[in-house]
Amino acid sequence: MPDTPILLQERQYHQIKDVLARLRTDSVSRVVFLVDKDGQEIAVQGEIGDLDTTSLASLAAGNVAATGGMAQLIGEKEFPTLSHEGERESIHISVIGRLLLIVVFDERSTLGLVKLRSRQVSHQILAMIEEITKVQTSSEESPFAEITDEDIDSLFN
Amino acid sequence: MTFINYASREINCKIVYYGPGLCGKTTNLQHIFEATAPQSRGKLISLATETDRTLFFDFMPLELGTVRGFKTRFHLYTVPGQVFYDASRKLILKGVDGVVFVADSQEERMDANIESLYNLEENLKAQGYDLMKIPYVLQLNKRDLPNVIPAADLSAELMRREEPVVEAIASTGAGVFDTLKAVAKQVLTELRKS
Repeated sequence: MPDTPILLQERQYHQIKDVLARLRTDSVSRVVFLVDKDGQEIAVQGEIGDLDTTSLASLAAGNVAATGGMAQLIGEKEFPTLSHEGERESIHISVIGRLLLIVVFDERSTLGLVKLRSRQVSHQILAMIEEITKVQTSSEESPFAEITDEDIDSLFN
Repeated sequence: MTFINYASREINCKIVYYGPGLCGKTTNLQHIFEATAPQSRGKLISLATETDRTLFFDFMPLELGTVRGFKTRFHLYTVPGQVFYDASRKLILKGVDGVVFVADSQEERMDANIESLYNLEENLKAQGYDLMKIPYVLQLNKRDLPNVIPAADLSAELMRREEPVVEAIASTGAGVFDTLKAVAKQVLTELRKS
């Protein structure tokens, strides 16, 4: 079955941002992202500058999907972490449930430290995913229940 | 899979352009990219071979405007059309909210259209979706070429339900935004239902 949509409330968003900010400090990294496996960016913390975070999120998800496909071909469920080391900048990706934790770091940090710190926050992120899923099953009224055809048409004018 | 962020007041939806090799999926995205104001769209990312055939996917984020105070962003993807990239196509359909099937109207591509449409149905099923229920548009592309099948015949062969059918010439942009509008409308209507 396809995953249910992610509905992120303001409080949860700020909680996630706090966890990412702490991870960024502890891992001495440049940018930390939380993205879903379909490439939707959920939250980001760090020195973004002119970094195209939307494209990075989509490509990271494609990367995890492709390596996950390879994993299954050789009899593994998935590869839970991926690392790409460049001359100056590197990326570490952890698969946490239906989300991806992406850490971009440079020579101020090390892969070992980033891996360790990412692993340490993964249980917190898992708990957050559970909470987000729980909220979705509540009876809260959707603000989109009252979208009219005119609202939709106005987007294309 | 729709992602709604109440904090940044954004709705993100994923639309996938599907179809046989060289039918014009990437050309659809290129036209949308060129015809949209830079502030409304992100980069067009193409993971292509050296001969410009799509290897994994093309991707482009597009912001359409605001509905009920929420920014609506559509993430547009294409799949690689060539038959042997099926594993990649399956992956790209994960989390899809709407599908555009781009058919090549040329007579000699009819079999390729049918095979690709069958492949779409199978791959959607593998991800837990049903082509009969998901927001879906059929685009009849390359209507400017001399050897095209009449639109009515092509539609009769390729339509699976009461889906909107749009005639297009993606290379000039004709029908490209009508197609996007038709699928985006269905995606947002689904949001209202859920």
